[in-house]
Amino acid sequence: MGPVVTTEFTPWLSLFGGALIGLSAVMVMGLFGKIAGITGITKGLTGLLPGAGGPDDRGWRLSFLLGLIASPVVVLLATGSFPQQTVPENLPGMAIAGLLVGVGTALGSGCTSGHGVCGIARLSPRSLVAVSVFVAAAIVTTTLIRHVF
Amino acid sequence: MRPILGLIAGLTFGLGLILSGMADPAKVLNFLDIFGVWDPSLAFVMGGASITAFVGYRLVWRQKTPIVGTRFDLPKDAEIDTPLLTGAAIFGIGWGLGGFCPGPAWTALAMGSAGILMFLPAMLIGIVLGGAAKSLSIFKVKGA
Repeated sequence: MGPVVTTEFTPWLSLFGGALIGLSAVMVMGLFGKIAGITGITKGLTGLLPGAGGPDDRGWRLSFLLGLIASPVVVLLATGSFPQQTVPENLPGMAIAGLLVGVGTALGSGCTSGHGVCGIARLSPRSLVAVSVFVAAAIVTTTLIRHVF
Repeated sequence: MRPILGLIAGLTFGLGLILSGMADPAKVLNFLDIFGVWDPSLAFVMGGASITAFVGYRLVWRQKTPIVGTRFDLPKDAEIDTPLLTGAAIFGIGWGLGGFCPGPAWTALAMGSAGILMFLPAMLIGIVLGGAAKSLSIFKVKGA
């Protein structure tokens, strides 16, 4: 999927950024009483699927997504440049990856945020199993692509 | 009021993804590459996020109702069933392929890389297809 770019180990920054993600999940629970799952929030955008929530939830879900989309622009305004990012350049591969992520998160009822952050925080057995499965599948996939094929 | 609060929560989440490194597919793929250029940072992201949410949830659940909501709406499904396992495996393959999960896919949009412009529309189509697949008979739990 493209050249391998080495990245620096950033334990403190990652821990701090993680705490902000957790804080956002607590805000969504404390304010709206909902799980901060990006898959569920994205479904709310389509408004077509079961689990999309009622009209009451559509407004905050849409503005939550706008906040996610705007966050790199906030970084640009504050620092003068967009955040560091290296996106794989194999475009058919990225389309397939996107399709798999969409199908998988809808079928499995959650992703890294809903099952990962929120599910672990609730000590949900379903989410703990889901996280183990998707992390294992991702490690196997990346390893096969980088070291076998 | 609710849309403004949603925007603040979304910005907090997005800035957390960016600062933690989780918004950068290179960092995600290097976390998954445990037999290569392994970067363990993402374990710290998940740790920081889960511990904060674990403590924070227990504080907010002391209230009777959410501040601008009617009730705490928690998933009731307990069963570890076929859709959960199949879906998680499919998601993991896509995540390991592209380095994006749904949150970082949204934060990457404004930076407009060719990769995300392919990934994000495909992900939205996938969510609709996955939702439809979930209602197929092969995924129905016996007796449900």
